[in-house]
Amino acid sequence: MLEKALQGGRRYWTWLAAVGAVILVGFVAWLWQVRVGLGVTGLSRDVSWGLYIAQFTFLVGVAASAVMVVLPYYLHNYKVFGRVTILGEFLAISAVILCMLFIFVDMGQPRRVLNVALHPTPNSVMFWDMVSLGGYLLLNVLITRVTLDAERKEVAPPGWIKPIIILSIPWAISIHTVTAFLYSGLAARPFWLTAILAPRFLASAFSAGPAILILLCLFVRRVSRFDPGLEAVRKLAVIVAYAMAVNCFFVLLEMFTALYSDIPHHVEHFRYLYVGLGEAKALVPWAWTSAVLSAAALVLLLVPGLRNNLKVLPWTCVVVVFGLWIDKGIDLIVAGFVPNQVGHVTEYAPTLPEVLITLGVYGIGLFVLTVLYKVGLAVKEAEAA
Amino acid sequence: MDMKRRDFLKLAGVGATLGVGGRALWEVVRGEEAFASSPHRETSEGLRWAMVVDTVKCAEHADCRDCIAACHKAHNVPRFEDPRHEIKWIWRETFAGAFPDENHVFMGREVLSRTVPVLCNHCDNPPCVRVCPTGATFKRKKDGVVMMDMHRCIGCRYCIAGCPYGARSFNWVDPRDHLPEVNQDYPTRTRGVVEKCTFCVERIALNPANPVPACVEACRFGALVFGNLGDEASPVRRALAGRFTLRRKPGLGTGPSVFYLI
Repeated sequence: MLEKALQGGRRYWTWLAAVGAVILVGFVAWLWQVRVGLGVTGLSRDVSWGLYIAQFTFLVGVAASAVMVVLPYYLHNYKVFGRVTILGEFLAISAVILCMLFIFVDMGQPRRVLNVALHPTPNSVMFWDMVSLGGYLLLNVLITRVTLDAERKEVAPPGWIKPIIILSIPWAISIHTVTAFLYSGLAARPFWLTAILAPRFLASAFSAGPAILILLCLFVRRVSRFDPGLEAVRKLAVIVAYAMAVNCFFVLLEMFTALYSDIPHHVEHFRYLYVGLGEAKALVPWAWTSAVLSAAALVLLLVPGLRNNLKVLPWTCVVVVFGLWIDKGIDLIVAGFVPNQVGHVTEYAPTLPEVLITLGVYGIGLFVLTVLYKVGLAVKEAEAA
Repeated sequence: MDMKRRDFLKLAGVGATLGVGGRALWEVVRGEEAFASSPHRETSEGLRWAMVVDTVKCAEHADCRDCIAACHKAHNVPRFEDPRHEIKWIWRETFAGAFPDENHVFMGREVLSRTVPVLCNHCDNPPCVRVCPTGATFKRKKDGVVMMDMHRCIGCRYCIAGCPYGARSFNWVDPRDHLPEVNQDYPTRTRGVVEKCTFCVERIALNPANPVPACVEACRFGALVFGNLGDEASPVRRALAGRFTLRRKPGLGTGPSVFYLI
């Protein structure tokens, strides 16, 4: 079926070449990082995780969000989503691959990556993260392969795939829960030590993920003969709205507990984020941008006239994604390390090689997504024709 | 009844392997633990190496760095100008930094101004070991030393995130380029792995009955004492019996093996 990815017009190939160039630059930067060490990044003894791990955290959410189309379609037989499930699942596959790559580029000894499997350590959440992410990737590859193949042959998908699809639903929840547990189980880091982290992760995931999917659906409508359907897009917008409202609620819950209890170790990280600690204010503009974007997104989503307006909706989605990306893709990880365990403040800013590697990894994700969508759309177009 | 109990334990064991944080649950389920100040039962019998630091003596010699110099020389700990890449096995920390919950603004200036040597606490319940995805960091069963396998470490730095004491350092670049001189009796490290104090396991191996770590040996003022916590007659237990001591962040339940005489 993959051969369909080899038939495309000029725009398709130009796009792939452009993405390939970004990947190539990132790859060269990564070779440099492997040669010199992670010292080429802005990471430090005090802020030991940064851009890479934060992207991983954000993208696990994007991967998990496929469940927002899979669940209504397969559990509730909500037919409108039948046309977008494959798009959601392909997005999930690309996002999981990105997650794995971001973990990989963050490693000090990438050659030893298999040690996680060779010496399975069930007491480590990272071990379970590997299990859940790997499993989720396999599930989605299998599901998309079987369902798309059936669609191409114009037959119903085989019966045995249904339980596997059902299994992928709790599995999606599990990947983001386990990812939250990576952080929320650490006594050393009061900022993350909160039971609301997993639900908060899921809420922001179910907002940002479907928002990306809406943008992809609208894009697909323009560039191909396959129409995912405006009703599906509008329904996705409702999901984004609910999830965004829940996410904002959870963030406020977390702030209430930290700020009202006024326990210094918990308050300090929020102070660093929103007002800065002394001269250290690097994240303050980001934190407020995220807060303003989230508030704006909430208004754009909750007012029906704005949410249903297809001219406004793409912009709303961009606001949602960017606001939540700042929150999870920068603030949440870095602020957990500032101040450090003995109260010292060391700031973090990514370096150029670090940014190039990050863009290169995103490039791989885009490449995979493009190829998968190309195949999926070819099948859908043939079906429509 | 006994069998039933055993079956129950087996079930709990399965739960423990499946569930994260299962170990703590296991301890509670076992019921042998009353809810005292900490749900984690600390190892108090058998061999458990520990250190006692006399902060008064250290304060009397505030400029002394002998223990640090001796340790870092013996273990080929590299020196970096850039604090971001710093590697520290033992260093002097402010009193408030070392004991964030045990200081207040009305405290005597003398105590507050003390800088205290801090190092890996070789916790009885070490969070770094709990989070390590490969078992590269582990607690040695026979004597409680928290060790590192430098050849297994993948450099994910989860242990750095998990350590509440900042005791762990990562080799951001090749450490061998930053060694003024190399001690041929101890390995150097490669870039991309985490390292920390090992309670001088190499010395423990050579003199298991009465080991003296490099820092203890280097201290001219007898401010550092090393010994077996499980032995009431040991120097550490005698030091602990006489005076008030603190451990770092006791509320986290890690059970540090490094004690501070105040």
